[in-house]
Amino acid sequence: MTVAVADPPGVAAFDLDRAWILSEGVSLRLERFGAIAYDFRTRRLVMLKDPGLADVVGSLAGYGSAREACAAVGSDARRLGNFSLALGSLARSGMIRLREPS
Amino acid sequence: MPTAPIARPLHSSLVDHLQAGLEAPICLTWELTYACNLACTHCLSSSGRRDPRELSTAECEAVIDELQRHRIFYVNVGGGEPTVRPDFWRLLEYATAHDVGVKFSTNGSRITPQVAGQLAASTYVDVQISLDGADAAVNDAIRGAGSFDVALTAMRRLAEAGLRGFKISVVATRHNIPQLDAFKAIADRFGAQLRITRLRPSGRAVDVWEELHPTPGQQRTLYEWLLARGEVVLTGDSFFHLAGFGSGLPGLNLCGAGRVVCLIDPVGDVYACPFAIHDRFRAGSLRGDGGFIKVWRESELFRQLRAPQSGGACVQCSQFDACRGGCPAAKFFTGLPLDGPDPECVLGHGATALAARDAPQRPRPSQDHSHDRASTTSTLRRNRRPYRPCDNQLLAEPVDMSDVGRD
Repeated sequence: MTVAVADPPGVAAFDLDRAWILSEGVSLRLERFGAIAYDFRTRRLVMLKDPGLADVVGSLAGYGSAREACAAVGSDARRLGNFSLALGSLARSGMIRLREPS
Repeated sequence: MPTAPIARPLHSSLVDHLQAGLEAPICLTWELTYACNLACTHCLSSSGRRDPRELSTAECEAVIDELQRHRIFYVNVGGGEPTVRPDFWRLLEYATAHDVGVKFSTNGSRITPQVAGQLAASTYVDVQISLDGADAAVNDAIRGAGSFDVALTAMRRLAEAGLRGFKISVVATRHNIPQLDAFKAIADRFGAQLRITRLRPSGRAVDVWEELHPTPGQQRTLYEWLLARGEVVLTGDSFFHLAGFGSGLPGLNLCGAGRVVCLIDPVGDVYACPFAIHDRFRAGSLRGDGGFIKVWRESELFRQLRAPQSGGACVQCSQFDACRGGCPAAKFFTGLPLDGPDPECVLGHGATALAARDAPQRPRPSQDHSHDRASTTSTLRRNRRPYRPCDNQLLAEPVDMSDVGRD
């Protein structure tokens, strides 16, 4: 019998209007091209190929929503769309998670 | 309101960034000691005797502090046999308590049932057992009498302690390539992951490479076997010279020396990669002012390695974009020019170059810690792994960092 595995809350379509944070066990190192995020739990590493995205991810904890974090680094609609896609991917892999208790 | 189009120099190739060097290495190999209780014939660090100048416990802890400060997430610890250091377990604990994950390579001789239990309980430590034959005859010819049984005993203890996914690390040789399926069966039996890496003519392997390195036919066999297994079998990104056969194996497929990886040796010298313990590839010492990070960022050698490479004779080759000229350490220790073909070039250019070289020109290792250089000798080590280029616009594909850049 198959068991459907649900995405974590807020992930199916990335919810820009909720508060996010870097997951426990994930560390971020800034690089010229953006950043490297490493997950100690899974030993996976992801390259963030954009300095703006690196800033967004690094500052998520300080904003009430991902949208505000994106706005703070400056993003027009297209860039916001790209940020949202990338954040959604990070959320699916567990590198970032919703901040409020769910 | 959207204004002008975004003019950031965004997604220039990530590989270009990596070739130009990072703020700190992604993956660092740290040989903790030259002391070893084995004397493997292909040891890439010519290990055996402890070096009296070895970094002290306090110095090692200071190095770990520095790694933590610069967010070097993970180190691959080897030697020698790292577990013969009396402070090994203490350093392991110190590293993991300071956000530096550790994978260590061992011959298994110190993996008691108690140690196996402790390792199984740690989420920040990975273990890699070295094995160079799927039976005692093939393994012990390289690693020494009894070493096969020692390794298998360690694997059994790890499995019994409940540690899943530890690594079994094999250096591919002419004698064990017929055993690929048997190695996989051993890994499956213990719930372990197989890791196969390239034999380099480094350290004591300088003397045995000619007779141990795979034949051209075996290279093809190995390539196809690995290709069929994808990421199930790790390769430490060490076979990028085989990309000339067709598509590259999973991984970065570039030489990371001084760009993505480097080596710290037991006395604190920093080298471009684990296979290049030679003055030619020595970048500096972390015992100097500024520590490790100053060597990484400012050494002249690393600056050169990060500059665009000419590619020399290989630039004309149709496969240059695939193999990038191969492994500099393999060229260096076989006496080939660094801008020429890899000695194991799949198109045969290496064989031609080897035949044409002046025999006495091969560089000797700059140092040797072998137990008894007069008798046989050589030991070995292993290495790490990949990530692949790109996917969506802002993220590169996740990479299993448990395997980049080690020997």
